[in-house]
Amino acid sequence: MTRWGATLLCLGIASVLSVSARAERPAKPQPGRDFQSAETRKLEADEAANPAYLWLEDGRRLWRHPAGAANRSCESCHGASETALTGVAARYPRVVPGTGRLVNIESRINDCRVTRQEAPAFKAESTELLGLTLLVTLRSRGMPRQVVIDGPAAPIFERGRTLWMTRQGQTNLACSQCHDDNVGKSLRGDRISQGQSDGWPAYRLEWQSLGSLHRRLRACSLGTRAEVLDYGSDDYLALELYLAWRGGSLPISSPGIRR
Amino acid sequence: MSTTRIVMPETARKGEVIEIRTLIRHEMETGHRRDHTGKPVPRDIVHTFTVTYAGDEVFRTELFPGVAANPYIAFTTVAVATGDLEFTWLDDQGRRTVETRRLSVT
Repeated sequence: MTRWGATLLCLGIASVLSVSARAERPAKPQPGRDFQSAETRKLEADEAANPAYLWLEDGRRLWRHPAGAANRSCESCHGASETALTGVAARYPRVVPGTGRLVNIESRINDCRVTRQEAPAFKAESTELLGLTLLVTLRSRGMPRQVVIDGPAAPIFERGRTLWMTRQGQTNLACSQCHDDNVGKSLRGDRISQGQSDGWPAYRLEWQSLGSLHRRLRACSLGTRAEVLDYGSDDYLALELYLAWRGGSLPISSPGIRR
Repeated sequence: MSTTRIVMPETARKGEVIEIRTLIRHEMETGHRRDHTGKPVPRDIVHTFTVTYAGDEVFRTELFPGVAANPYIAFTTVAVATGDLEFTWLDDQGRRTVETRRLSVT
């Protein structure tokens, strides 16, 4: 190949890369609530009517309650739930130094529960885990997520990005085909959102319950007839990191209400 | 006892109309569904919600299977005198959830 040809090839690759780069972080990030009906948005904004706040009541009770062989409460280390862990949730998911393992809020809470409280881990989607996750997430409400995607997180981030772009399941759809290419269009009576994670954990009316981001991702996998993965699986964690970065300046607005 | 959430003022002036807003966690199983073996799932809903204020009943409502899970009920009452409001939810399993809130009237 001539030098000129190689240059042209490089330019070609660069233009393909720039197209996919443009597709991966929306120029104007829009919160999930923007794609909901006026009534749903009103319910989300009302802290007395938004049923997700029932889980906050559970979280607050658990926060003060000593548990496990260590007989310690969250409060005994972290202080009152109204002031503890400000801005912490915005930095998650993050890699635990020295381990290379990516943890989200849910797994961080369970780590604390097992190692500090010496109590059995909470089950995925249990009232307890959702309640504490919501409590901790609310302490970063209004703040944009600021996750680290370089260093040991870099390969995990790349994995998340690749998953976002990869066609999956019997419908042969990638996340980006709906949530980048067809945002705002109608799909089964819904408007396609940007797929932002700002409102999660959220109360989904279909579930009549609060649910984690991973539960939402499982519903997406099911919808595209792809393999539904376990809660806390490496792929969903990688996707969670990618989504947190993709949200850019979007402030955390959990608990959202979704259809 | 189910988890509840009650939003109301702690203090009010005498004669003032106050709004009280409540939520309770409940599945509100309609009784119209069947499980995966075809057996009907028994109805389990919160069927009655009552509120007393200093011993007097100030609000009562019946609920039906059309009500969604985690029912939200809001109502108003007049602040008469300092006293306890007692909220009672009753469901088909015979479970009774009771919460009390103090209202100080000045």
